[in-house]
Amino acid sequence: MTAQINKRVLREHFGIRARPEQVVVALAGNPNVGKSTVFNILTGLRQHTGNWPGKTVDNAQGVFSYRHTSFLLVDLPGTYSLLAHTIEEQIARDFICFGHPDATLVVLDATCLERNLNLALQVLEITPRVVICVNLMDEARKKGIIVDIKTLEKELRVPVVGTAARIGEGIEDLKEALWQVATQSTPGEPAPVRYSPEVEEAVQELSSALEAVANGPLNRRWLALRLLDGNPSILAGINTYFELLSN
Amino acid sequence: MEIGTASLSLADLPAGSAGCITSVEVGGLLRRRILDLGMIPGTQVRCVRKAPWGDPVALQVRGSIIALRAEDLKRIKVSPLN
Amino acid sequence: MGLSYTHSWLDIASDKAEEIRQRYDNRIADLIVNDLYSNAEEIARKAVISSRRSRGWDKKLDDILTSRRFGYPVMMVLLGAVFWLTIVGANYPSDLLALLFSRLQEQLTRFFSVTAVPGWFHGVMVLGLFEGVACVVSVMLPPMAIFFPLFTLLEDLGYLPRVAFNLDHVFKRCGACGKQALTMCMGFGCNAAGVVSCRIIDSPRERIMAMLTNNFVPCNGRFPILIAIGTIFIAGILPYGLQSAVAAGVVTAMVVLGVLITFGVSWLLSHTILRGEASSMVLELPPYRMPQVVPVIYRSIIDRTIFVLRRAIIMAAPAGALTWILANTYIGDFSIIVHVATWLQPLGQMIGMDGFILLAFILGLPANEIVIPILLMMYLSTGQMVDFTSLEELRQILINNGWTWLTAVNMMLFTLLHWPCTTTLLTVYKESGSKKWTAMSFLIPTVTAFLVCLVFTQAVQLLGLV
Repeated sequence: MTAQINKRVLREHFGIRARPEQVVVALAGNPNVGKSTVFNILTGLRQHTGNWPGKTVDNAQGVFSYRHTSFLLVDLPGTYSLLAHTIEEQIARDFICFGHPDATLVVLDATCLERNLNLALQVLEITPRVVICVNLMDEARKKGIIVDIKTLEKELRVPVVGTAARIGEGIEDLKEALWQVATQSTPGEPAPVRYSPEVEEAVQELSSALEAVANGPLNRRWLALRLLDGNPSILAGINTYFELLSN
Repeated sequence: MEIGTASLSLADLPAGSAGCITSVEVGGLLRRRILDLGMIPGTQVRCVRKAPWGDPVALQVRGSIIALRAEDLKRIKVSPLN
Repeated sequence: MGLSYTHSWLDIASDKAEEIRQRYDNRIADLIVNDLYSNAEEIARKAVISSRRSRGWDKKLDDILTSRRFGYPVMMVLLGAVFWLTIVGANYPSDLLALLFSRLQEQLTRFFSVTAVPGWFHGVMVLGLFEGVACVVSVMLPPMAIFFPLFTLLEDLGYLPRVAFNLDHVFKRCGACGKQALTMCMGFGCNAAGVVSCRIIDSPRERIMAMLTNNFVPCNGRFPILIAIGTIFIAGILPYGLQSAVAAGVVTAMVVLGVLITFGVSWLLSHTILRGEASSMVLELPPYRMPQVVPVIYRSIIDRTIFVLRRAIIMAAPAGALTWILANTYIGDFSIIVHVATWLQPLGQMIGMDGFILLAFILGLPANEIVIPILLMMYLSTGQMVDFTSLEELRQILINNGWTWLTAVNMMLFTLLHWPCTTTLLTVYKESGSKKWTAMSFLIPTVTAFLVCLVFTQAVQLLGLV
């Protein structure tokens, strides 16, 4: 029961007021990947779709239903990474880490997948409840780029859906994947990021020092990696999170 | 020094030519940003164009175009590619 | 599990992490990024089949839009063209709406005269509230409903980041960030939104600078004032065929002036209270995308209409009613409005305007949309009643109240430069978390507006041009 209360407290900290039975989905992605278009087509909300980095400056929220389940979609700022300490990245990261989304939808640009996968991998390190949406498939086709969704799914071990949100392609599959991930009782296990031996050694060493505390929602491996990054804004985020929980 | 491995900075790369990043000698937030965009040692970049005043410079990196200021590019070393 | 406990484990862990980092020569953070990218590369290699064709279209467009020779001229021509289309397109619906509202007002007045309601009630409801709303809708709505779709098309095409790319060098010279150009574009819609969008600027110093100067871009509520005054006053003296083009030129000049003042103020700030060098800038130039023309136009017209109507009802209706009351409550021989305006008159005259105009700007603090309606109402309540149904009649009212071309220019300058609306000020406070910067975001434009108008007026009068 306390888990439920914690969840509510944390979500409200981010200005999210979901009904108890409502499923909360965080929407993450690089700038310029058509994230807002995906948001609009899922929710039918008329939020203007921007074409420049960081256009979505305040987290917009929208609602949609699928299979008699109500979904609350939270549009996070477009970011290239969750590691740096700009305001926008902090908002996106803190919500994915501490806002308890039931699923996180990561929108990727099919025309430059490498850079977008970098973000997807970072999200997958935080939570296994992820659906990957490879958007702009139509644009990629025009540029002679073909993305093999099945292979991507096999590599990442989470649901991957190819979409062209501007023309409505793949949206039903996306809803289905979101529904499955958000409602399944035990999440799947995404493929772990493979680090070089030096990093692995350092993580192992630090993990043992974290043994006593980081059980539950915070993934210990992730915590160790971020501590090794030495990013003060993440430490501040973790602090706020524990303060909220202990009050 | 052999031809082709001489270390230039990204700022010296003329428009239209490509190079391979050898080191990123930038600190702080900008370093994070540059690395997050995938400009890490070993990455191929192409100088696409320069702005009307010659600065900033647009680079093609991993399928997207990123503009950076020339003075920051001076601290990113590349070996030119043909 | 208490607070102190959670703190202590985090401290211990951070210390431990620091020790490990040192041991690896601080290379761990870089290694983590490298490894993430190696994973991404490997996955992409397996999942992507690319026979990448050349960036044909993008390259050709960028060759023109960001070139040394055409980059700046194209920027100016596009800006001018958008204004020209807005002015040409807005004339007709503007007149139509004004006519519609004036008919409606006749009906309302007739209705009120047969029912036995007191005169003051008719005054507050019809001459105050209704006229306020009518004026905002007919003057403000048409230009906005045309300007925004056009601007959104440019945005969706991917042009705006190119503007930032072209202008960054100048921003850098002023100690600012090129992305400020994007926040200024947002400011056209609403300065409050522009201030929020300053989050895209990484450096705190440059972010504050962008917030403090965002107001020099005329927002949704001020931009139609420029169009209206520009059209009827500056262009009004010319033959009909030339009017729209000249008006577009005047509005473009005003916007360019706002941009130049932004540069000047930014330079000044980075040499005084926001001392510092320009830091770095990372800007993505996304590929050009063909905008979905019809949905964009449809959607942004609807959005703007709702936005303007909402503001008209929330702000203009009460402001109209209040102004009518103030204009019709007498203390001694004059109404409250006249008392205040008389008191403001010397200051107004010094900057080439009058007390009424200054009072309208002061009362317009909650929303700039209501400046023109309030001004008209004040003029009309003191002189002969003229029913305002077209821009030509607006011109007549203004001339009857002693306006010259100098008044018109100063009105435009003051509109462009004066203090931000309350919503924007609150947003600056929310985003900066500082009372000092909020105060500065009020003072900087205010001082600039007074100075520019003062210098201009005094110069014109000295040269005997008026």
